Amino acid sequence: MIALDELLRQMKGLDRRDLLRWVENRWVLPERRNQTWIFHEVDVARIELILEIRQEFAIDEEALPLVLGLLDQVYGLRRQLRRMCDALAAQPPEVQAAVKHALPPLTGPEIPHD
Amino acid sequence: MAQTPYEVLGVKPDASADEIRKTYRMLAKQFHPDINPGKPEAEARFKEISAAYDLLSDPEKRARYDRGEIDETGTERPPRGYYRSHAEGAQGWHYQPEGEMDLSDLEDLFAAFGSAGRRRRGTAGAELRARGADRHFTLTIDFVTAATGGKQRLSLAPEEWLDVTIPAGVEDGQVLRLRGKGGPGFGGGPAGDALIEVHVAPHPLFRRDGDNVLLELPVSVAEAVLGARVSVLTVTGPVTMTIPKGSDTGRQLRLRGKGIQKKTPGDEIVTLKVFIGHSSDPELAAFLEKWAPQHPFDPRQGMPTA
Repeated sequence: MIALDELLRQMKGLDRRDLLRWVENRWVLPERRNQTWIFHEVDVARIELILEIRQEFAIDEEALPLVLGLLDQVYGLRRQLRRMCDALAAQPPEVQAAVKHALPPLTGPEIPHD
Repeated sequence: MAQTPYEVLGVKPDASADEIRKTYRMLAKQFHPDINPGKPEAEARFKEISAAYDLLSDPEKRARYDRGEIDETGTERPPRGYYRSHAEGAQGWHYQPEGEMDLSDLEDLFAAFGSAGRRRRGTAGAELRARGADRHFTLTIDFVTAATGGKQRLSLAPEEWLDVTIPAGVEDGQVLRLRGKGGPGFGGGPAGDALIEVHVAPHPLFRRDGDNVLLELPVSVAEAVLGARVSVLTVTGPVTMTIPKGSDTGRQLRLRGKGIQKKTPGDEIVTLKVFIGHSSDPELAAFLEKWAPQHPFDPRQGMPTA
């Protein structure tokens, strides 16, 4: 983790006003501690990602909440999927086999016909 | 922000090695401290140029710089931690969208994907389903319950009981399967079964032989000789039985339907055992001394004597 001033010193291309605005918008959620902000690894990585989205993907800040919102949903789902997989992996083989058997094929619903 | 080594030398990032060398030599001549006495800024510039050339003249270092593995001073940069690697780890929960489903409970998960609704409408197979795990128990029952059937309470867990219906005639070591009394199913799958291994405690009087119950019944000499009506214990309660006149030890009497209480019940087979009782009874001794039987009886007849 890293304090606000040190982060601004280390990360090239990070503008102080930009960062303050991102925190204000809750796109980055640092920890408040002793009159400053402490950025954890996940926060630093997220700031790098936002910088890249802004600069390299040329996505402006208007569209940023949409992009971040979708990303957060995807990662949220992936975390849940991982929990589920971990739980499944801890099951006896017959349970795993039953789940595997119960998984429908990825072909969409069957179309009824006469 | 520090200048890149390309900026220090004033060359393009795709400059050739030859171009870089020529530029360096030109700049080095211009800023060499020995030809710029009294100009400290020239010395500082010369150091920058040397450092930049040191990095860019080494193809390996230049490549590493271009990949961002080292900075302009040649110092190792920590490998880039992509957001992905954090977002999928424990720290990622920090950015869990607010109001997002809490999936600690599987039911919430099914609800979130509508699996629960589909299940209620009876179109199975579309969701994660698994049968619950079987649970194993042992249950000891008494002989009479095994013979007649009945209910026996089984403790599954503290505060959790199950009244097990014991079928008449259950045998020692037999496993009863109670459907749906095992672990809960998964995603609407059926619950597992409770598998109960039954142990039948031995009875002080009764023995079992197939569907029959065996009992040894002590009788007195008088009852054996003269016949009697006596009360006999069966698995369904006491009954009155007639001992025929002249019954000897080993005589078997059958109480129909008083054995194992299956659909077609077995019998209780009572084997008589004559006891003379108080063997020092002087009257009996006196009687036997005077008694001269018309047909003497040798109970050891046909038995080898030597």
